Amino acid sequence: MADSWRQPRRLLLLAIGSLTVFFLVAPTLVIVPMSFTASQSLTFPPEGLSLRWYTKMVTDPQWTGGFANSAVVAVLTMLLSTVLGTLAALGIVRGRFPGKSGAYALILSPLIVPVIIIAIGMFSLYVRWKVTGSAAGLVLGHTALAVPFVIVNVGTSLRTMDRNLELAAMNLGANPSRTFFRITLPIILPGVVAGALFAFLTSWDEVVVAIFLTTTRFRTLPVEMWEQVRQVVDPTVAAVSTTLLAITTTLLLLILVVRRQTPVR
Amino acid sequence: MTDRPALVLRSLVKRFGDATAVDGVDLDVRKGEFLTLLGPSGSGKTTTLRMIAGFTVQTSGTIEVDGRDMSRVPPYEREVGMVFQNYALFPHMTAAQNVAFPLQMRRFGRSEIKRKVADALALVKLETFGERYPRQLSGGQQQRIALARAIVFEPRLLLMDEPLGALDKKLREALQLEILRISRQVGATVVYVTHDQEEALVMSDRIAIFNHGTIEQLGDGEDLYDRPVSLFVADFIGESNILRGRFERTADGAWLVRAEWRWRVSARQADRHGLAHDSAAALVVRPERLRIEAVETGLDAQWNSVEAAVTEVLYLGSSRKVELVLPDDRSAVVRQPIGELDGDLHAGQRVRLAWRVDEAVLVADPNG
Amino acid sequence: MILLRPFTPRSGRRPSVGLSINRWAFLALPAIAYLLVFFLVPLIVVSLRSVTEFPKPTSDALSNYARFFAAEANLRVLANTFWVAAISTIACLAIGYPYAYLMNIVRPRIAGLLLIAVLIPFWSSLLVRTYAWQVILRDTGIVNSFLLDAGVIDEPIPLIRTTLGVILGMSQILLPFMVLPIYTVMRRIDPEYTKAAANLGAPPLSAFLRVFLPLSSPGVLAGALLVFVLALGFYITPALLGGPKDTMISQFIANAVQRGNLDWGIGSAMAVVLMGLTLAILFVASRFVRPQDVFGSLDEGS
Repeated sequence: MADSWRQPRRLLLLAIGSLTVFFLVAPTLVIVPMSFTASQSLTFPPEGLSLRWYTKMVTDPQWTGGFANSAVVAVLTMLLSTVLGTLAALGIVRGRFPGKSGAYALILSPLIVPVIIIAIGMFSLYVRWKVTGSAAGLVLGHTALAVPFVIVNVGTSLRTMDRNLELAAMNLGANPSRTFFRITLPIILPGVVAGALFAFLTSWDEVVVAIFLTTTRFRTLPVEMWEQVRQVVDPTVAAVSTTLLAITTTLLLLILVVRRQTPVR
Repeated sequence: MTDRPALVLRSLVKRFGDATAVDGVDLDVRKGEFLTLLGPSGSGKTTTLRMIAGFTVQTSGTIEVDGRDMSRVPPYEREVGMVFQNYALFPHMTAAQNVAFPLQMRRFGRSEIKRKVADALALVKLETFGERYPRQLSGGQQQRIALARAIVFEPRLLLMDEPLGALDKKLREALQLEILRISRQVGATVVYVTHDQEEALVMSDRIAIFNHGTIEQLGDGEDLYDRPVSLFVADFIGESNILRGRFERTADGAWLVRAEWRWRVSARQADRHGLAHDSAAALVVRPERLRIEAVETGLDAQWNSVEAAVTEVLYLGSSRKVELVLPDDRSAVVRQPIGELDGDLHAGQRVRLAWRVDEAVLVADPNG
Repeated sequence: MILLRPFTPRSGRRPSVGLSINRWAFLALPAIAYLLVFFLVPLIVVSLRSVTEFPKPTSDALSNYARFFAAEANLRVLANTFWVAAISTIACLAIGYPYAYLMNIVRPRIAGLLLIAVLIPFWSSLLVRTYAWQVILRDTGIVNSFLLDAGVIDEPIPLIRTTLGVILGMSQILLPFMVLPIYTVMRRIDPEYTKAAANLGAPPLSAFLRVFLPLSSPGVLAGALLVFVLALGFYITPALLGGPKDTMISQFIANAVQRGNLDWGIGSAMAVVLMGLTLAILFVASRFVRPQDVFGSLDEGS
């Protein structure tokens, strides 16, 4: 048989693969059961089961405030970056202009530049503009980080779209603007929505820039966690983490579903 | 004909950087005519079609639809319908919504749109398929919806860019007739692009043969078949037997000369095709015009002949196709209707192929 | 009558020569302008702040840089950053290459599942994941509890506040960035090549080392460079999982800046050094790796 001489190799690979999957997934999942512990400390397996830490999470104003702030910032970031990013994707994929590859590099650079540098730079500048310590500054900063994700997602949708559809629309009497809103946009919508969800997630989970652009009066959830994690070993953080895991999982499943909805050409 | 032509192309040129895709095209299309642009890929026929539709702007030359100059008219104001090779049906709309789209762009009323859409769907015999999405339709059905969408707003001109290219043979043949029927019924003027010469012959009133960006010959099927003006056209349309040689004009007439053979040709044809003495030329003889005679048969001056050996005899039902090989190892093909056969042939048999001088066409040989 | 006027194309619709810009290009302007103002300008500000007494630089304009490189402790931070980034890259390669290879040879259905598994880390925030490692590696964490209970050890092993902890945490987070480029390139390798090698007499290991491995090297290079560059800039993970001697350059920058105005200079200087390193590595990388392999191409039709 052709594959028999590969059998022991295959098993070895499968073993490595399974271990790797375990390595990737298990550590994070460990938090989930631990968040239900009845005791004051985090042990595995948890000592007793209780929802007290979840209760603390939803009653403690620091945590609820953090949730609310994060949500506001994330939604605004999502809206702003989706608009900017969708337009930019159209411009990059369809456009011809000198320095296009330079523009593309600029657009992708937030993904590569070490975030600490971005953070202190933004802090330096936004402090002068007096937008730190509020949703405004964070939205401005997070949008810069989220735009690349929108562009990549929308760009993919654009690239796989059949251009003839737009030509057909124009031939049938639709001017460029009507062609865009009635034909192009509905077809690239899965990419736009996926990009928007990625933008939301990017802002929602973002820590470093948030550390610098927030103050004790206005904090996002990740910053709240950061403070707690370094000082107090309170299982509430585990409850918050589990909740965050649940939220992000849902959103990512949504993204998967949306991307599947691409209308067949 | 005092009727204004539906479409006029004058000195149409399109250059992409250094490459010239369309190199001076002149064409008049009559109202209600079905005209096909035929040629190999890269010959400029699709580019010409796209310029008529307005998707590409010409480098120079004019396009007039119904007498109206289209130079400054964008594609969405041109009132020409287009059917694409890959249908280009909007995937997020139903068939009916697709067909309704051009009417919505022209601000027709709701009830009128409904009526016209129903009529168009009935015309392509897909009345009950309105609520289906394109992905739920077969290739042939999608193409018919695309056709319905292109005619529902009664355009002056209907353009079709190899619409049947993606379909299998049987479906293609059925749809060819459908398209013909529908276009006649609505009285449309059609400009049709294809690389399939059989398709062109079946459907068209006239055919324009494209080669390297220009129209090499324009005429109906019979013109192109019996009186090709060039070797390219002769080779492109139908089967042909081609004898290459040099054209010579002597005291006793006009000849095509090759090695030790000499065939009489028409001096008038030579003049018409601009052949100079001692230039490379070719004789084109259609398979139906070749007669198979016994080797020793004598022929008068109205006939030319060459010796050959039979290689294959194929019975095709209503006709017989005989493949032969000439002394210089080139092949020849003869078609004979079954009713006119006299005697059997077998492989290896030596025969004499004969044709009337005036049933062959003399053209220049650009590769000679 | 038919008009025989020659046609001149309107400029603006489709210019045929010279500066080639079409209408779509303008749609990219808002995003580009936004990033210039809210992203690039901050980076420029950092660079400027690293120069002493800007905008009137004195003779010791680069004093911040000098100060940094003068202190041995600082150089150790820099060296440690490289060291940790390198080890993480090697770890990711050691785990990631076999994983990508596995994805390449199994049925598409299973390959899809493996792909999802690799993307799962994106499902949780960096902070949550690092926190999880903290919980696992603590002296009273899972690993130590397990080993103590099993009697393997008498005292907890220090796993947290160690380089090992940092590398574990970073590898888990960086692994997808190694697997994806390698897998992308592997997928494009025609299986006929290894079959041909076998047919020509090469034993499996040879065929792999001399045919498959070289063909997969663009992916390896892309993945390794990406992981290394990202690892250089890590902040959260070394801060939570590492000890004082594991300090990486991002932590240094953050600490300097948070101490107040005096040390903004040195912090910015280090930020510029880090930026420079990142750009330099990327520049070298661009000679060997096409950005398409990592990010997807620019234009349509691909």
